[in-house]
Amino acid sequence: MSDDRNVTCEEALRFLAAYLDGELEGASTDRDVENHLARCRSCYSRADFEKRMKVQLGTLGRSDVRPEFAERIRRLMSRFPVSPETPET
Amino acid sequence: MALNGADRTWFAPEVERLLPELFGTALRLTRNRTDAEDLVADAVAKAWIGLDSLRHRDTLRGWMFRILTNAFLSSRRAATAHGIHEPFDEEAGEGASFSLFDRLHRPFLLWWGNPERVFLDKLLREDLERAIDALPDSFRVVVVLVDVRGCSYQEVAEALEIPVGTVRSRLARGRAALQRALWEHGRDAGLTGGGPRRREETR
Repeated sequence: MSDDRNVTCEEALRFLAAYLDGELEGASTDRDVENHLARCRSCYSRADFEKRMKVQLGTLGRSDVRPEFAERIRRLMSRFPVSPETPET
Repeated sequence: MALNGADRTWFAPEVERLLPELFGTALRLTRNRTDAEDLVADAVAKAWIGLDSLRHRDTLRGWMFRILTNAFLSSRRAATAHGIHEPFDEEAGEGASFSLFDRLHRPFLLWWGNPERVFLDKLLREDLERAIDALPDSFRVVVVLVDVRGCSYQEVAEALEIPVGTVRSRLARGRAALQRALWEHGRDAGLTGGGPRRREETR
């Protein structure tokens, strides 16, 4: 017999952020939310929106670097001390 | 154990490959290109010094981001009166209840009418950057680490030395404040579709 229970919209929305972040504790809660989203168009739309928002925010984690800055980092790394006699493998 | 030339030959191109990501995260944390560049340079230098402690080289990426985040937090703590954390008033600022979806969603529209998706599509990268940068520091750092960097709540809790419950609370409030800022910007820029302006809640 399945342990799945029918959660209400209110419960599903309370768990939604943690669910989308992969932070819900307990596999059954995770499944309960999933089942609810599969059945409830309104909550599904909200979840879809929040998911898209997260994807857009994730794109901010990457920015073009100035060539001068890339060169600065290259110079910095070229000056890192290394043990002179260790043969490269 | 001293690092050798082979270590550097491996490390340098790996770091170069990660630079846009390291810089992007640093930029959202510091909100300033000069400080972001200095933060990345500091993190790269620290990573080299600590490279011996990296047990599996295929985990370099996550390890570098931890160093970057810790370097940022150290400098922030130093800047806020010698190790005293920035005071954070849990009651201050935005509540966790504002929802952009609630403002945009029109349940009576058929499936092809999706104003909330249209709104997201119209948002520019600059709009998101501005909204994140305007968040109070304590919210912003958590939002950046979770939503931009993809850290787990536990990782953020450990990095910030706060309970996981506080991470959840700051994240909820930060996201609400972010969505309110985007809503207000979108409304002013005419991105929210036609119709009269809604009367905004005052809080």
